[in-house]
Amino acid sequence: MSESALQPARVALVGNPNTGKTALFNALTGSRQKVANYAGVTVERKEGFITTAAGRSLSILDLPGTYSLRARSPDEAVTRDAVLGRLAGEAEPDVVVAVADATNLRLVLRLILELKAVGRPMVLALNMYDIAQRQGLRIDLEGLQRELGCPIVTTVATRKRGIAELTAKVDELVATGAISTTNVWHEPSAAEIRGAHREAQRILKAYVRPPEHPDTFTGKVDAVLLHPVAGLAILFALLFVMFQAVFAWATPLMDGIDAAFLWLGAAVGQALPDGLIKDFISDGVIAGVGSVLVFLPQILILFFFIILLEDFGYMARAAFLMDRIMGGAGLHGRAFIPLLSSFACAIPGIMAARVIDQKRDRMTTILVAPLMTCSARIPVYTLIISAFIPNETVGPGLNLQGLVMFGLYAAGILSALAVSFVIRKVFWRGAVEPFLMELPTYKLPSVESVFRNLLLRAQIFLNRAGRIILPLMVAVWVLSTFPGPPPGATEPAIDYSFAGMIGQAIQPLFAPIGFNWQMVVALIPGFAAREVAVAALGTVYAVGDAEANVGALGARLAQHWSLATGLSFLAWYIFAPQCAATLGVVKRETNSWAWTGVMFAYMTTLAYLASFTVYHLAVALGGG
Amino acid sequence: MHEMLAGQAVDAELTQLSQARPGDRGVIVDVRADHAGGHGVDVHELERRLLEFGFVEGAAFEIIHQGLIGADPIAVRLDDMRVALRRRDAEDVWVRLDPK
Repeated sequence: MSESALQPARVALVGNPNTGKTALFNALTGSRQKVANYAGVTVERKEGFITTAAGRSLSILDLPGTYSLRARSPDEAVTRDAVLGRLAGEAEPDVVVAVADATNLRLVLRLILELKAVGRPMVLALNMYDIAQRQGLRIDLEGLQRELGCPIVTTVATRKRGIAELTAKVDELVATGAISTTNVWHEPSAAEIRGAHREAQRILKAYVRPPEHPDTFTGKVDAVLLHPVAGLAILFALLFVMFQAVFAWATPLMDGIDAAFLWLGAAVGQALPDGLIKDFISDGVIAGVGSVLVFLPQILILFFFIILLEDFGYMARAAFLMDRIMGGAGLHGRAFIPLLSSFACAIPGIMAARVIDQKRDRMTTILVAPLMTCSARIPVYTLIISAFIPNETVGPGLNLQGLVMFGLYAAGILSALAVSFVIRKVFWRGAVEPFLMELPTYKLPSVESVFRNLLLRAQIFLNRAGRIILPLMVAVWVLSTFPGPPPGATEPAIDYSFAGMIGQAIQPLFAPIGFNWQMVVALIPGFAAREVAVAALGTVYAVGDAEANVGALGARLAQHWSLATGLSFLAWYIFAPQCAATLGVVKRETNSWAWTGVMFAYMTTLAYLASFTVYHLAVALGGG
Repeated sequence: MHEMLAGQAVDAELTQLSQARPGDRGVIVDVRADHAGGHGVDVHELERRLLEFGFVEGAAFEIIHQGLIGADPIAVRLDDMRVALRRRDAEDVWVRLDPK
């Protein structure tokens, strides 16, 4: 067989958001999917492979949904560039499959007219055709086919109907070598968009008869879910359940993962002879991987809710309800989802900011996402609170420790709002970008698609963890291991290491906020993941297995630190700029070291100021 | 249609979509993003975005919902789809309301 025969034909799926494009992709490719990133951008590249009935192999690319090839967000730019063959390392598609929601053809017709201008061979998949039929919507397929000059296939992706017909049509186009016409696409002007609307309107009028029983379900549900008061109440109730789930359901799983890695570390420790290699594998690699994997359950539970609500069509409603509330601080309604995810971990939160199509709003969201109290801060908060805050009742049902924990969360949220307000004033000079968003029809999520998506999230998280976090953990291990302690050393080994040296060298910088050098040393491994600071404090204060033994470490800290120092450390962790994984993701998502630098600088400054204020206030009140 | 109606935009019976209340129905008569400044994008960009979401001359609309604070944003049914937008962005859409 020749080289070219082995090369699969390239098929690109293009369509408006919420047309069931991804469901169609899943129905077409089943489990033979590959997820990666496009070169140079962090937009996910979803590709699947199939063999048609005629024996031809096809590579199917699921492109991000868009209303126009005039791209506004990074996701949409990928769709435009993929269709135009402008993407680095990607050839233009052999066939474009335009995916349309058969019940909502108006806007997609305009996109189809743009795709026609690009001139690639095209098939139109009229998806959700069953719903259109149920509504009594009549589409003259013959006429529409003639009018658009491309074959039409009706599909019901969720029930895998029309899939064989679709691949057969694609196969036919490839086999006959359907010729592309010259690409005459250019960014449409306002007048051209109006022209396209008129054209779409004419086509609709000629070939589509409006539904006899239009969908009333969405309207009825919206009457409740978008109600100014009831809608907000339901949103907050949902959030409460979500958080409850993230923290309560995840705990047994997290404990299990923790135990498994402790066991693995110990097993490896026994199997290997003492020495650097053993330390490296059990303390550096296994403990490092474990400290990241432990967040997988929380991230999956959070994403389970997000995917479910997104597929149902609720997320756009949440953005609608929250827009004005967050808009006061200069945030976009859509920033709500990324910021929510950031309570588990800022990394998926920052990645989720891609749904925001305005660059400024997206930047603001990315910059403040790490201020949401991520779950990695919880072990640190728990340790310091248990050591310094008395466990007493201060009111009916109010426990002082719980109150402090709540205060720390609130401080994070309030500072995020304040920072985004300042960002808008300083960087964007008060400019507010337009907020336009489709409120999709409600649909019952398909179990299969929810779980497939969840699996994808897990894969992406693990991939990132492996590539970014693991090397960092290794670097931190090297810093805190070398050089080894001199013979007859009395202090813990970390004191003699590079980390120890750095800690002692820069401690004077931290003296004004009440940090001793041991704390500064603990902050250095905390760079790999915030909660590692707990283990590091355990190491410097020579408390074995500090994470499992918070009580003993807490008691030790209470002896060595003043109350002011403890509170100052808590204040530092509200901002805690030192999370290398977050900084790495910000660099990738913004593609700019400058923005990454801005984030690190502002968070460090806030952390320092907050600690300074808290420390001196506490000393003045007698807590020194 | 746009060209024909543009001159009548100052018509007394035309109002801005941003002034409409839930339950109001009507027809979009003119989309022209010409009010000065404040938007993060230039006025022509806003006009194109409005058009892309279906706010185009001749489209029938109904205001279906509004937010709690400042009655903002608004949810608009446009032909067979629903779009949310802020009132400040809706200022550029001139409409003729159906008599109640």
